[in-house]
Amino acid sequence: MERALYDYLLRRGDDSLILSQRLSEWCGHAPTIEVDLSLANLGLDLLGQATLFLDYAASMNADVHNADALAFHRDAAEFRNCLLVEQPNGDFAQTIVRQFLYSTWQKMLFDRLAFSKDPTVAAIAAKAVKEISYHADLSADWMIRLGGGTDESNRRLKAGVEWMWRLVPELLVADEIDNELITKDIAPDPASFETDFMTKIAEVFAEAGLDVSPLPRNFASGRRGYHSEHLGHLLCTMQYLPRAYPDAQW
Amino acid sequence: MTHDLASIRAILAQVADPEIPVVSVVDLGIVREVGVRHVAITPTYSGCPATHVIEADIRKALDAAGYQDVQIETRLAPPWTTEWITLEGRDKLKAYGIAPPDRRTYASCPQCGSDNTEELSRFGSTPCKALWRCRQCLEPFDRFKCH
Repeated sequence: MERALYDYLLRRGDDSLILSQRLSEWCGHAPTIEVDLSLANLGLDLLGQATLFLDYAASMNADVHNADALAFHRDAAEFRNCLLVEQPNGDFAQTIVRQFLYSTWQKMLFDRLAFSKDPTVAAIAAKAVKEISYHADLSADWMIRLGGGTDESNRRLKAGVEWMWRLVPELLVADEIDNELITKDIAPDPASFETDFMTKIAEVFAEAGLDVSPLPRNFASGRRGYHSEHLGHLLCTMQYLPRAYPDAQW
Repeated sequence: MTHDLASIRAILAQVADPEIPVVSVVDLGIVREVGVRHVAITPTYSGCPATHVIEADIRKALDAAGYQDVQIETRLAPPWTTEWITLEGRDKLKAYGIAPPDRRTYASCPQCGSDNTEELSRFGSTPCKALWRCRQCLEPFDRFKCH
């Protein structure tokens, strides 16, 4: 098994899976029916990506049967998602900030990942990137609407940025796993699109009436399994059923 | 039994999409290749729950016609696009009340034909559709998203 590729697939699959689970918490609770449908559809797209990445990872590991085994039978320390996606939904503004930051980054990553030397990774990314464009557009629209809405929506949006901003640097660092795959042309270097990413953020923030603070130093290492306390609670809900009833079928 | 492509194609043309039963999996461009030993299909959206149902429905139809040994293969690349929906499929969608996908910035109302329409939400009842409303006849309608 190629260890670096396996870990990279977990990172991509776990980001999508955990964010999907977070979005599903909005189902039936969103401010309007249209938003409810939008967030559920975003979650569904992400779940589809997670299934494809985790199934591919499972196919490389003889100890793991399929994507479900990875999703439901790992503990928090074995998850490789970034800390941004596991943050609580908070209010609608906080959810939108998280989505905007992640989808904007994911779109740029997957645009490049679609040209990966690994044909399966390239196929998954090429398929997913079309969906992610919608996610990035939808969340950018809401950033601008909330920023320019009422004093209250603007205040909440600022609080959302305050919460999420410190978790952005984790998206932009490359460790030795990334570096190995960058050398093999399987994955892009996040540094190669950092300027584009920050430009896009600045553009939307400006329209939403937000200031762009300088990025702090990265402290997070969700990619190595060091998570915030929020992930454990999320997994309790997500994994309860398959753990309590191991052979449960639809 | 003899395997002939024409009858396998005919069987597939009878398999309806589970979400939009007026169009077949062939109309939607989901069937990418037909051979005497295998059929290749592609999902529309990564997370579309209909994908599993479609595969099961195709399996059932092939089995019922005696083609148990025809394998179904799922193919991700090249990614599905609405360009692959056939002209016949587009007509069927419109007749069913769904504006077919196209590159225009506006949609024509499938009920009254008016171009005086507006998008309510880019996300509709399924991942592949957006929610629109006709300003002329005031009816809401689904529009197949260009993808």
